[in-house]
Amino acid sequence: MRVRRDSYALFLLPGVLAFLAVVIVPFLMNTGVSLTDWQGVGSPKWSGLANYRELLHDSEFWASFRHSLFMVVAMAVLPTALGLVLAAALFDYIGKHFGTRIAAVLRACFYLPQVLPVAVAGIVWSWILAPDNGSLNALLKAVGLGSWQQDWLGDPDLALYTVMGVLVWVQLGFPLVVFMAGLGRVDPQLYEAAELDGAGWWRRFRHITLPQIRPEVYVVLTWCTIAALKVFGAVYVLTKGGPGGATDVPSYFSFTTFFEKTQVGYGSAISTVLTVIILALAVLGLKLQNRAEAV
Amino acid sequence: MTRPTALRRYPVLLALCLAALFMVVPFLIVAVNAVKSPAEYSQHGPLSLPHGLYLDGLKDFWQRVDFTRKLVNSTLISGSVALLATVLSVLNAYAIGIGRIRGRTWVLAFFVLANMLPQEALVYPLYYLSKQAGLYDTRLSVIIVFTVIQSAFGTYLLSAVLGQFPREIIEAARIDGANKWQILVRIVVPVSRPTLGVLLVFFFIWTWNEFLLPLVMLISNDNQTVSVALGVLQGQRLMDATMTNAAALLGVLPAIVFFLVFQRTLTRGIAVGAVK
Repeated sequence: MRVRRDSYALFLLPGVLAFLAVVIVPFLMNTGVSLTDWQGVGSPKWSGLANYRELLHDSEFWASFRHSLFMVVAMAVLPTALGLVLAAALFDYIGKHFGTRIAAVLRACFYLPQVLPVAVAGIVWSWILAPDNGSLNALLKAVGLGSWQQDWLGDPDLALYTVMGVLVWVQLGFPLVVFMAGLGRVDPQLYEAAELDGAGWWRRFRHITLPQIRPEVYVVLTWCTIAALKVFGAVYVLTKGGPGGATDVPSYFSFTTFFEKTQVGYGSAISTVLTVIILALAVLGLKLQNRAEAV
Repeated sequence: MTRPTALRRYPVLLALCLAALFMVVPFLIVAVNAVKSPAEYSQHGPLSLPHGLYLDGLKDFWQRVDFTRKLVNSTLISGSVALLATVLSVLNAYAIGIGRIRGRTWVLAFFVLANMLPQEALVYPLYYLSKQAGLYDTRLSVIIVFTVIQSAFGTYLLSAVLGQFPREIIEAARIDGANKWQILVRIVVPVSRPTLGVLLVFFFIWTWNEFLLPLVMLISNDNQTVSVALGVLQGQRLMDATMTNAAALLGVLPAIVFFLVFQRTLTRGIAVGAVK
């Protein structure tokens, strides 16, 4: 019996070999290189933890991780909060009073930015936000708020918030769709009973919607937080980490360290730190998820 | 029963419609401006309606970046990855979900964590190794890398789905003398077709949208994908307003097409993926 069972392992062979070659070996190489001084040519020189010690004193490194927290707000916290309210409103209000068709059309509108390549979303927005002749500034001028015009992506005090705004727009559809699907499996009798008891929309939201889709909330928060820590394309296209490093994030910082400064050892150290943080969050997220599903 | 009155209902609908409009407006402005001539744009700004259909800007841009080539590259890469990654996911998930091999929990955990690894931690070694292997700046290198990366998610999702596969069907086929390979191809794959469809669509769109690894691996114009070509142009800050606009529209159009074609699969798939 055992023999027969384990011969299934043969089906796993191509997958495991491919993973070794494309993920595991490169990952170990990256970790190894982070302990060396290497410019990408010649042989790496062993330097122990020197790169990591340098990171501790590198203000650029700390700034990039601080900006990551802003990205987590923009890509995980805000979209989850907004997504919950929107999903509940579309499902429990619009769907009921105006029909599921309208709810589905609205949901599609919110989801649309999610299918856009992030590089293209960046182009669309940098064109809209352009200081001269950009649509946003033109609109402000047209409605008499000309003094509110800004160099949205070029002002060091503003750029980070502008990037955050674009990312909320990009990300919102994902939590919304997941939450609406989650609400679909909630027993409608719960809502009917609550409504009969005179519970208003807000109380139904707090006491039925939130507890019922808690597993989905954890999944979304985990996925979005990880996506926020990895954000690269949007920053590359919108600001290139600028102006003056105001929107630099770890992934972009490691990219420039690898390919522009060619300090490969140092870049590997940055990406290793990023990996450790992401894996820790992933394990934490999976734990929370299991607990929520067990309840 | 307290039922909200119509007076209270419509403001909610209106607010949600406005929010939805805000999500779609960027697409509309891009579309409107892509058909304006540069003179019209500089005279009336981005908010006016176009006076006619001016397509030379789009045509110029198309030829200048050889957009046909980029579309072919993106389609070739994303299509191959979708197909190969689905095959790889099926093989892995067959061993884990139906074969229930020993240590499957660990194997699955391994795939999940591999799926979460940031590409930043792989990009330099992949760049270096592909140079050593003579695959640098080839579409094949990107196809190989993304087949593996996407199949991590596919394995995770499909293992859960195949774990629920009705055992009686497999037992019946085995009694009829089918071997493992025949059971996989003739029974498991046809029955799981809806989930496999979701995976194909997801892998295709995700790969189409990828940026970092293709940016590093595909440097020559002839091999670049749509995303990379447009992103690099934008990054160089060499485009004027009308060119940027043409770039934006040409980048948006394929995404809208996928969205319209795959909308149902997408929303159904996200639900499956999140709950499993």
